[in-house]
Parts: sequence; structure tokens; C-alpha cells
Amino acid sequence: MNGIPENLRYSENHEWVREEDDGTVVIGVTDHAQQALGELVFVELPESGQDIPEGDAFAVVESVKAASDVYAPLGGKVLAVNEALADAPELINSSPYEDGWLVRLQPAAPTQAEQLMDSGAYQQMLAESGA
Amino acid sequence: MKEPLIFEYSLPGRRGPTHAPDTMDAMDGLPADALRDELSGLPEVSELQTVRHFTRLSQQNFSIDTHFYPLGSCTMKYNPRVCNRVAMMPSFINRHPLGPEEHGQGFLHCMFELQDMLKAVTGMTEISLTPMAGAQGEFAGVAMIRAYHLARGDTERRQIIVPDAAHGTNPATATMCGCEVVEIPTMADGDVDIEALRGVLGPQTAGIMLTNPSTLGVFERKIETIAALVHEAGGLLYYDGANLNAILGRALPGDMGFDVIHINLHKTFSTPHGGGGPGSGVVGVNERLQPYLPVPIVGRREIKHGNDQYIWLTGKERPQSIGRLSAFMGNAGILLRAWVYMRLLGARGMLRVSEYATLNANYLMARLVQAGFQAAYPERRASHEFIISLKDIARETSVNTMDFAKALLDRGFHAPTTYFPMLVPECLLIEPTETETMQELDAFVDAMVEIRDLALRDPEEVKKAPLSTPVRRLDDVRAARQLDLAWPGR
Repeated sequence: MNGIPENLRYSENHEWVREEDDGTVVIGVTDHAQQALGELVFVELPESGQDIPEGDAFAVVESVKAASDVYAPLGGKVLAVNEALADAPELINSSPYEDGWLVRLQPAAPTQAEQLMDSGAYQQMLAESGA
Repeated sequence: MKEPLIFEYSLPGRRGPTHAPDTMDAMDGLPADALRDELSGLPEVSELQTVRHFTRLSQQNFSIDTHFYPLGSCTMKYNPRVCNRVAMMPSFINRHPLGPEEHGQGFLHCMFELQDMLKAVTGMTEISLTPMAGAQGEFAGVAMIRAYHLARGDTERRQIIVPDAAHGTNPATATMCGCEVVEIPTMADGDVDIEALRGVLGPQTAGIMLTNPSTLGVFERKIETIAALVHEAGGLLYYDGANLNAILGRALPGDMGFDVIHINLHKTFSTPHGGGGPGSGVVGVNERLQPYLPVPIVGRREIKHGNDQYIWLTGKERPQSIGRLSAFMGNAGILLRAWVYMRLLGARGMLRVSEYATLNANYLMARLVQAGFQAAYPERRASHEFIISLKDIARETSVNTMDFAKALLDRGFHAPTTYFPMLVPECLLIEPTETETMQELDAFVDAMVEIRDLALRDPEEVKKAPLSTPVRRLDDVRAARQLDLAWPGR
């Protein structure tokens, strides 16, 4: 697999986090995750304004193989969700790091993302798990 | 040949008359708002069209009666015909469920014996036969755990612990019973992570739901430690009976420390399975949970100098029961089939079930490993089922597990369970059961080898499969994205 973006942070559960200039973060699932899930048919997202504790399941992605929870790599308040996924869950398959984003959060604490893996560490984790 | 929908045979005004004498009076005097304005939208077809349609559909089925069906985690074994024959004797099927107890003593006697035999093979104290399916059995089990804690004033115990290898029904059941689900991981050797278990136990723990052997096809070796830890924390242990076939009569869930168990009669005790039932999710409990068992239960009243009398025990005798789960007492016809099966096999036969189920699984795993396939837990002995991972082949050839599954159909085998458990990438969960011959198992290995050889030589050819089935590969993604489930009518 190629193209793990270097500007993102990664969780062990295959979520990515993008830190924006305005202090908000955008969260999605990685290319590896979408490949493992297969073609997505349904995405359930949280409500705007909802508070999500770190580590909680905040979304469900469903493929023809299985339904999987998506866990919050960091906690915060939901500012926006990707409404386009309701009609086009396949955006996660075709563009996991851009058009297939899940939610935008106002992080509960500013430096949380730094505790996550960088692209090199994530790549190494994937290599070690034989993916 | 593609079989049309039955609606496509429909012509306005065509009728299939009933051939039985009409003994009912016409229903007059119904209020106007209870009468239909228009026909119900049922297909208008003749009897012969109906017979042909459903016969053709049945001939297109892949079923245990026609093909090897090694569906892991979901024991698909042969149902002996004699079970049907005995259960369909007129004296059984003409019994009215509301008839008085003294008119149904034969049936009640059978059910009492079935309860006793199930107690013997599970090590539980008492059995209730009423749950209508596995899901309802699970619901009854967790409802009893909740009732137990609440009766003790222990109202904060709302967490049910579920290992990540569990059936999806376990967390669903816990949620339906108003509990919160806590997932714990599995170790690389297939056993539950004890440290993770310790970390989640506490005064909020209602219980743990375990399948043993697990869906990874291995026996949980630390079950005694798990039972001690959970009980120490004040929680109870729930046994999911999905894989009981592997240990039938050899290791008793009651001895392992389980407080409640559900048994899928349609898996282990050879009653019809699949196609939506009817199922049976019998529950068993130890003394702790006995007062909460769902009713009715068959009891025996001893009478001096005469025959014992079998009676229904209901809410009157069991005031703490979680209640009734259906109008009567479960799927009577299915329970009878299980009773026949157990009576035919006897106690020794029960042992041979688990013996051959595990022997067949281990033989098949050994042959596949010998042929170069990769077992997910090569150092562990298989229980009644095992996992192979096609990860390497998929990477090398782009032929994945789903392609193997479809190619198996062309070779006369129903696919094993695919992509479950999700812990193992590109996996097949294979359960041959005790009812297959060695020749059949060998033929399955040959088919797997043939598909792999073809994948190495010509991967695109494998991806075309299935070629010989009534319909080719279905677009399951489109089917899930654009739901179209109702006949629109004409």
C-alpha cells in the first residue's frame, strides 16, 4: 500500500486526524481501513454539537462484509459532519483522506493530536501487522 | 435458468381453490372499517404454478441435503429424517396447545425428558424450553442476569463484557436488555486477555458472555480463571451455546462455572437450521438463576401407586420468573425433533458427536495445512471448527477470500463462513461437522487446491466464479446501497 499522507496523525484503530490552522481537527478512516472494510454501503455519524469523549465509538461504517465502530482518536465537540456520506458512503473508498472525511471537531485539549502516531510510525505499525 | 418472481406469473382473476372442505361459516357482520377496500396484493396464480415455482426454487438451493455445507460458527449438520417422522406423528401434531394437561401427558413426558437430557449434557440445574430461537434464548439469559442483580438490590450492575471474537448477537442482546457493552481483546493464541478482563471488572459488572470453544475455533483454556474473576467481582457468566457441538457431553458448561447457557437446538441437536427457522434457543441455569427461568416449564407431580403426572409450571409456581416468551411453550415440533435425536443417540452417542465433530475438523485442518494453506492458530488444536487465512494468496494473486468462496460453489461446496471473525484478515471459518465422510473432506481439500492453482495461473478466471449457479455474482454493494425490497404491484 502506498500514499500514507505525511501531514496527518494516525491512531491504532486506523483513524486519521488532520490539524487545521484554526485549531479544529478533521477525522476520517485510513486507506488501509477502507480496504479492509471493503465497499461501504452506510455511514452513521454523530450530531453536530455533540461532545465525544476520547476512545468512544462515535460513528459506524458498514460495508457488505461487516459493520464497524469508529473510535474517537481524541475527544472534543462536533462542529460539522460530512453530510455527503449519507448519499455517497463510497467517498470513503474512493477518497479516504479528502472527500471521505467523517467529522470536524473542536478538540477538548489543544495538544491531543501530538500523542498519536505520525505517518512513519503508522506505516511501521502496518508493516509489523503484515498488512 | 432464472426463476421469475411469483408475482410475475400473476394474472388478474386467476384463483387457486382450496381442496379441503370448507367448514367455516362466512364472516358476516364485521364493521365496515375492518373490511378491505381492495385486494391484498397477493399473486393471482394457480396451484400448479405455485407448486412449480417453489419446487424450482427449492431445487436451486444449496443446502445440507444436497451439498457439503461447512459453515463455521453455525453448525450445519444433517438432520436425520426419522426425527421428522416421529415428530410428525398425528398424535403429536394434532395436540392442541390449549388442551388440558391430562390430554397431553405423552407430549409433556417427552418434554420433561428433553429437559432432563439437556441438563445432563450441559451440567445445568434446570432448563426452560420456551425461547423460540437463539436470539430469544440470549435475551432470556441476559434478562435473567439483570433480574438476579435487581432482586438483590444491586441496581448499578449494567455492564456486560464481551470478547472481541464474540458473535455479533452478544452485544446486540446486552443492548436490548438495557446493558452497556464492554469489549475485551483476545490474545494472539486465541484465549481471552485476562489482564484486560481484570481491568474492566468492578461493581458495575453484570456479567460476561462467552462462547467456548470460541468463534476462533479454539477452547478457552483459562475458563476457570475467568469464572473465578467474574464471580469474585459479583458478575455472572453467560455461555453462548453456538459451539456446544464441539464439547457435547465431554466438558460441561455447568462445571466450567457458567450460570446461564442458551443452546441452539437447531445447531447441536439436529433440528432444521436456516431459512428463518423455526429455531429453538433453550436456556439452562444453575441454582442461582433458577427462580428467574422463563415459563412455562414442564414439572412432574409424583402420585402414589400410579403414574407420575406431568404438569406446566407457570408464573404461579415461579413468581420471580422473567415471564413468558411466547403464547405457549416454544416451538413444540422442533423440541420434539431434538428429543427424538437425543433418544436415538443416547448418552454414548452424544459423546460420539463431539468426538467426530472435532476429529473431522482436525483432519480437515491438517490436510489443508499439508496442502500449504495457512491456519490462523497453527499451534492450537482445532475444536469443531478452525480458521485459515488466505491473506498471502490474496496479496500474491489478488484472488481474495470472497473469490474462493464463489469458486467453491462451482465445485459443489457451500462456502465456509467468510471474513468472520473479523480479527483474522481474509479468513475462512470452516466447520465440517460429524456427519461428513472422509471422502467428502478430501474432495473439499482438492477443490481448495484446484482453486489456488488456478489463482496462481489465471487469477481473472477465478474472479469470474460462480459460473454454474442459477445466478452469477450478485452486486451486493448496489443491493445494499439502493434498497428495493417491495413488489411495486402492477
